[in-house]
Amino acid sequence: MQNLQPNIPTPATTHGASARAWNWRRTFAPTGNTGDTVFRLALFGAAFFLMLVVLVMIGAMAVNSLPSLRQFGFGFLTSRVWSPISGDFGALPFIYGTIVSSLLALLISVPLSLGIAIFLVEQAPRGVARPVGFLVELLAAIPSVVYGLWGIFVLAPFLREWIEPFLARWFGWLPLFRGNVTGIGLFTGGIILAIMITPIITAVVRDVLAAVPVSQREAALALGATKWETTRVVLNNGAPGIAGAIILGLGRAIGETMAVTMVIGNRAQISASLFEPAYTIASVLANEFTEATGELYLSALIELGLILFLVTFTVNGAARLLVWSVAHRAGGGAVGRA
Amino acid sequence: MATPTSTTAPVKPPTDAAQEEQTSALQDDGRERAAAKVSVRDLDFFYGRAQALHKISLDVSSQIVMAFIGPSGCGKSTFLRTLNRMNDTIPGTRVEGSVQIDGQDVYAPGTDVVELRRRVGMVFQKSNPFPKSIFDNVAYGLRINKLTSGKSELNDRVEEALTNAALWPEVKDRLKASALSLSGGQQQRLCIARALAVRPEVILMDEPASALDPMATQKIEELIVELKRQFTIIIVTHNMQQAARVSDKTAFFWLGKLVEVNSTERMFTNPNEKLTEDYITGRFG
Repeated sequence: MQNLQPNIPTPATTHGASARAWNWRRTFAPTGNTGDTVFRLALFGAAFFLMLVVLVMIGAMAVNSLPSLRQFGFGFLTSRVWSPISGDFGALPFIYGTIVSSLLALLISVPLSLGIAIFLVEQAPRGVARPVGFLVELLAAIPSVVYGLWGIFVLAPFLREWIEPFLARWFGWLPLFRGNVTGIGLFTGGIILAIMITPIITAVVRDVLAAVPVSQREAALALGATKWETTRVVLNNGAPGIAGAIILGLGRAIGETMAVTMVIGNRAQISASLFEPAYTIASVLANEFTEATGELYLSALIELGLILFLVTFTVNGAARLLVWSVAHRAGGGAVGRA
Repeated sequence: MATPTSTTAPVKPPTDAAQEEQTSALQDDGRERAAAKVSVRDLDFFYGRAQALHKISLDVSSQIVMAFIGPSGCGKSTFLRTLNRMNDTIPGTRVEGSVQIDGQDVYAPGTDVVELRRRVGMVFQKSNPFPKSIFDNVAYGLRINKLTSGKSELNDRVEEALTNAALWPEVKDRLKASALSLSGGQQQRLCIARALAVRPEVILMDEPASALDPMATQKIEELIVELKRQFTIIIVTHNMQQAARVSDKTAFFWLGKLVEVNSTERMFTNPNEKLTEDYITGRFG
């Protein structure tokens, strides 16, 4: 019983803490039990280690990209030239390629994933939902290099022969669908990314929808809601979680390297046409690191890494904010609150 | 709209002979059945292989409060949910027998379940407001069923429903606030308002006050008595005092069977069945 005693917070220990000196005992050994203290220290250590890794990574990248930062400054972000031979480096084509391919992937993947998830949770008989759900999880586990190979040998020829000529013919009046039909380029990159992130988004959205209480569905049904209207109530309930799932998919798309590298064409250019080759940050890092000879070249690549890091960081931060605001505007969805 | 999990009894031709045969369990004639708002005959219900209801026959006339009492697991909630086909959503369930509302067979193959549920509203044990504003909650049924033809009519119907649910004075200044910001009792009355808004003919209440404190319970009970002027109300309750306070007629269920239906006064003073008396006097259950 005596171990319980110090556990009861008194006003003096909770509110007056700032007035007194920091006491390690209060932080690490609040129960006074040796086992508890060791356990607590171990947990603190694990959390601290994680923070340390992140800080060291940022620090190392910042230091190593100093030559490039000094040489190009902010111009690095806006320059379209990437020429290792003349020593001119600009990040804009890679930022463009990364963002456009990821957004294209989301555009295709989000409706598809929502459709599959809604089907699995709301419509499919149990005998169908189980195996299909299992397949979805299986797809999420396929290594990305396998997706890349499939992209080169199956997807790219298919798009070149069927989809791209069709788009060029009927939507060629849009600059997006003009240009050479090669099957290798931004369009294929976006589609392979869409295929890769669909299982992830689907799996998360499915879990979110399944967590919406039955009472919400019954409330809608009892008022004469159709299946579609009931589904909308369920989606409304799961909105914060769905937003989170989409951001998760976006994060994966931005950082995805191997499969995109294999189909996007790897040319540092900005073209209005989706059929033209492009380049992403992750791809250029993977391709050129081994051949980066000069100090400036290497540090430009490291600076690209830093930008990628900041982009994912910002996206995740924005996602948190979005999820938080959706949850609060809706008065708190039933599930998926961040 | 019939689902493959529920089967229906063959629809019998509306001859007197057939009606009489069907209603023999209650010893009343076809005309009385047609007069009843809700009329159930020989209803069996199965969860998979387990039979939850055995040959239930019951009539509920218009504008009364009918209470279902009985111990937990006796089938009273299951029975309530057969009346608006809410059990359709549970896989592996099966219904046999007939349920009629205003003479229309609820389980007939051509029944529009969406329309049925608009006419037979439901209030659940645990309040389940949508994570939307108070106004949008009440307006939900009106909007999806397209029952109003303009903003002002919608506003009027929402106000009417909230007034009928005795919630209007408490929320009229914060209709845009989240429904989840209301107290438990208020949330339940909001759910009642939401059900009332579409002007159902029958309202099913599944232990509507069981999660509420005595004050909120009292409000709900006063509300039920008030509402029976306009609606037919069927309420499931664990609380026998509550049944005695609010209902005109009471039905006692036991082990999936309907033991006795009687006027509430008679039920609680001098029931016909020994089993009913034992339950009401607390000898078991």
